[in-house]
Amino acid sequence: MVNRIITGAHYGMRDWLAQRITAAIMAVYTLIVAAIVLMNTPLKYAGWQSLFAQGWMRVATLLFAVSLAWHAWVGVRDIIMDYIKQDGLRLMLQVLTLLLLGAYLGWTIQILWR
Amino acid sequence: MATASAKKLRPKYLSLPALLFEIRLPLPGWISILHRISGALLVFPLTAWLLWLLDASLASEAGFEKIRTHYLQLPLVKVGLLVFIWAYCHHFCAGIRFLLLDLNKGIALRQARASSVAVLVVSLALTAVFGARLW
Repeated sequence: MVNRIITGAHYGMRDWLAQRITAAIMAVYTLIVAAIVLMNTPLKYAGWQSLFAQGWMRVATLLFAVSLAWHAWVGVRDIIMDYIKQDGLRLMLQVLTLLLLGAYLGWTIQILWR
Repeated sequence: MATASAKKLRPKYLSLPALLFEIRLPLPGWISILHRISGALLVFPLTAWLLWLLDASLASEAGFEKIRTHYLQLPLVKVGLLVFIWAYCHHFCAGIRFLLLDLNKGIALRQARASSVAVLVVSLALTAVFGARLW
């Protein structure tokens, strides 16, 4: 009998692995975007706007945002599980984290496809 | 006998002054706790703030110019951006170190300490470089 806790993790390596894969995706995105921006300084509105108007950039940024949400969910949940011992408070903070990350994702989509 | 000794309560010595002043974290431990702190800061509030900046800067040319010529000139905003830059650089560099450790690269004590120093130095240097561009 596995004694599972409702606010525990999935007792497997899926989240551990996902956190590392999403980290790699975000690292590659960071290097590419940093290179583009640094090569185009000082940045003007036309260049900034046309960068995010391109299809590949929108999709890449969406992938980044999804990776960020997934990565941060695993990380924040680890922090909450380490420091918050009271079940009710822990569950509430985990739900708030999910809502926050979901809101970030929605906002990002709204900004990208305006 | 083994179970009896395992059940014995061991003294805990984790008072706040002990954590702050007496227990000294080795350098790789500092990298780790700073990774956690920077990660938490990046989730909230920094991502919200940067999304707001991205939103306003892409919405219109007027918004972009207002951010560039006015908002980003405010000292408090610059300090906030500096915190973001440090948190991102530290989280990035320390994260790459952890990925390499996961792949069993650099797990000997000497290399692990050396890579800790490298993470601190590189992330602070990058923060200084980008901070200098900001001012």
